[in-house]
Amino acid sequence: MSTGPSPAGPPVPPQDAPPEGSVTGLQTFYDRAGGLLVPILATLLAFLIGGIVVLITEKSISAPFQAYKAIFEGTGLTWFIPGGDQAEAARDLQQTLLITTPLILTGLAVAFAFRCGMFNIGGQGQFWAGLLTAIYFGTHFEGMPPVLHVTLTLVAGILAGAVWGGIAGLLKATTGAHEVISTIMLNWIILWSGKWLLEAPDGFLQGRDPSLPRSDDVLDSAKLPAIWGTLQPLHAGIFIALFALVVYHLLLNRTTLGYEVRAVGFNPDAAAYGGISVKRNYFLALAIAGAFAGLAGAIDMLGWKYRLTSTEFDANLVGFTGIAVALLGRNKAVGILFAALLFGSLIVGTSPRQLDPDVFNPELATNLATMIQALIIAFVGAEFLILYLWRARRRVGFRRPREPEPEGA
Amino acid sequence: MTEPPLLELKGITKRFPGVVANDHVDFDLVKGEVHALLGENGAGKSTLMNILYGLYHPDEGEIRLRDDAVRIDSPHAAIDAGIGMVHQHFMLIPVMTVAENIVLAVEPRRGPFLDHATANERVLEISQRFGLAVRPDARIESISVGMQQRVEILKALYRGAEILILDEPTAVLTPQEALELFQIIRSLQAEGKSIIFITHKLGEVLEIADRITVLRRGKTIETVPREGATEEGLARLMVGREVLLRVEKKPAEPGEPLLTVEDLRVHDERGLEAVRGISLEVRAGEIVGIAGVDGNGQTELVEAITGLRHIDAGRVVAAETDITGESARGSLEAGVGHIPEDRHRRGLVLDFTLAENIALKDYCEEPDSKWGWLFPKRLVARATKLLKEFDVRGGGAQTLASSLSGGNQQKVVVAREVSRDPRILVAAQPTRGLDVGAIEFVHRRLVAERDEGRAILLVSFELDEVISLSDRILVMYEGRVVGEYPPSVSEEELGIAMLGGRREAVA
Repeated sequence: MSTGPSPAGPPVPPQDAPPEGSVTGLQTFYDRAGGLLVPILATLLAFLIGGIVVLITEKSISAPFQAYKAIFEGTGLTWFIPGGDQAEAARDLQQTLLITTPLILTGLAVAFAFRCGMFNIGGQGQFWAGLLTAIYFGTHFEGMPPVLHVTLTLVAGILAGAVWGGIAGLLKATTGAHEVISTIMLNWIILWSGKWLLEAPDGFLQGRDPSLPRSDDVLDSAKLPAIWGTLQPLHAGIFIALFALVVYHLLLNRTTLGYEVRAVGFNPDAAAYGGISVKRNYFLALAIAGAFAGLAGAIDMLGWKYRLTSTEFDANLVGFTGIAVALLGRNKAVGILFAALLFGSLIVGTSPRQLDPDVFNPELATNLATMIQALIIAFVGAEFLILYLWRARRRVGFRRPREPEPEGA
Repeated sequence: MTEPPLLELKGITKRFPGVVANDHVDFDLVKGEVHALLGENGAGKSTLMNILYGLYHPDEGEIRLRDDAVRIDSPHAAIDAGIGMVHQHFMLIPVMTVAENIVLAVEPRRGPFLDHATANERVLEISQRFGLAVRPDARIESISVGMQQRVEILKALYRGAEILILDEPTAVLTPQEALELFQIIRSLQAEGKSIIFITHKLGEVLEIADRITVLRRGKTIETVPREGATEEGLARLMVGREVLLRVEKKPAEPGEPLLTVEDLRVHDERGLEAVRGISLEVRAGEIVGIAGVDGNGQTELVEAITGLRHIDAGRVVAAETDITGESARGSLEAGVGHIPEDRHRRGLVLDFTLAENIALKDYCEEPDSKWGWLFPKRLVARATKLLKEFDVRGGGAQTLASSLSGGNQQKVVVAREVSRDPRILVAAQPTRGLDVGAIEFVHRRLVAERDEGRAILLVSFELDEVISLSDRILVMYEGRVVGEYPPSVSEEELGIAMLGGRREAVA
């Protein structure tokens, strides 16, 4: 149930051993195994089916292997393997981690709401809220000391995201409006508001040159420091994202707020019985979820995007991918880290820039990433199917029902 | 016995990793008898029956039907062998009609479509033959639980069941429905059907069974005929030690009034007035029992007192604090403890550990937490101590609540509520679904808490529980208190009052 190491303490001594004791142990084991088993199997299955699609479209047995090899090389994860072109691998890995950073945060935005029993589809909108706010703060306050400017802008982004998520939470708490509907609507509201702020004549975020549909660049004092690479370097935002994972874990498992959120998520009736305000927690959980997504938007802006162009609105799916990250990561901090890394790798590894058109069709490549993403979500959702397949493997493989032995034969 | 039994289970052993759920269990069933399978929760009754019904495969042992060894490896095979099972949780499709549910999967067809006329006709015919009145065209969702159970029985009969397994059939029924069920069982018996009746309730066994097999911790303890069996004797076989079925208590010494309810009015989910002007008083050191048929406003009364339901009019005063209109937190801070009627819905967060569940009302206070920071180790330490004190078995402080048996879950709820040292304890259905050992425990504990000087308001649908525990008994009918009785009252008199008899007599 809890992430990572369970709260330490002396191991529970076996109670004067009623046989049930070990059933509990078994259950816990299944939970643990199931916790890892399903995401891993889902991922493998998704890759398998993706491979079959490549096989069919490219009409060559070796094509899937070549494609996956190319994707893997494109992610820069080869950097960890000595030999080969380390410099190029480093550049790719920087891009992978650059994309992973906001995915961790939007994954947390979905996961936190999930632990309170809500499905936050609004990660994308909360991301925009943070990003748009960061542009304003990042392009103003000239002459402010860098540390202060960065902090101020990040905090503004966090608050904007929290407000955008909190609106959905407030609607749920006061009117009972379902968060799935209201967060989807809020996504569109912020998207079009953002477009208007950027593109309308005299738009609030419009840059100095009104003929171009883009904002000004954020000031140098608001930029996150680069930590690795030169061309489009990895920035310090990744540390913030990793820190957010720790905050998420501690907030949920080590605070009374997290206790309330989990209680409401598991059983709102029991939570109310325990004296917990269910409505207050709906609001807080969505506001905190929004804060994570808003931070993602702000970090992306201060870390490497530096400006908003109108194409961004159509291309950016970071918030939605966060749903997949949370589902695959099972709403646990460590799971989200790895899931974000997986999706980040997939996105970078299949981006056409990385791939040699001779190896495989670039159009297929980007579609493959989307397809694998969708398949993973489908399989994670179909937990039953995965567990069924897993058991079927055992049934076919080893176990045979024992025949009653004929007596005296 | 001259003729061989209809069904024989010999040396059935079923191991789950680390547990022997059935350890060389023997069981046999003679044609036309009602054979009760009695045991505490977790004794292995359900495992055994699931083996018979083809849901599990035994590791050892054999099943003989009419003296032939048979292999039953699926419910389908069980049905083919003439074995039907009515599960505790019904397997009916709510939006379909009675007839559609009964003929499901073996339905008469006209072309590719269901032949409704024939289906209804066949269902009527079979329901008349066995005396189980149902309306074939009623939807499942619109009929009572008792009726749904009849549909389940008819479903089994329709598929040609000769042996009927009833898994705790009375657990979901009202006392009246239970009586009707017993009549049905007798008429099935008269038609030559054989019935296996799983239960942990001693009274039922003595009323309906011809023979009784007791299981304890996966082993057959004994098979006894009904003649000569007593509740005390069966309880001893079941639990493995002497059990006190009657509650022993001293006369109450009531002190000052701790809980006062004045002219309380509350409405239910449908907006109907469920509590219609109730006034009552519970004093320190007494147990006031509320008797009544389910659905006469008891749930709403309890929820209003504990801050879980909006109060329309009236007043609730707990230990000199007016808690009318307070939240659940306000109520519990005023010193009201609450054992809720549904431990799964309210009493526990099943996905929480026992330590977290025990902290459900104290997590926000020292020593569990300080300035919003939670101390899991302290939660575990406190829970470990309490679990030991209340003899909770099946797991430790870090075990998930969902993996405990019902009786042990209830002990966790009782442990939490009692250990918070409330001045007033509202206990709703505190022994629902528990077996004799656990019931004895909860009853003793409630009396002990009374003797400590707490005011206890007990709500129960079990008449004998109300009578044996209470110092005063109030009867609730249609949202009103229709009478007050001393504990010396007879069950008959209470029963009549519960059905509104007294009020009608007055009117």
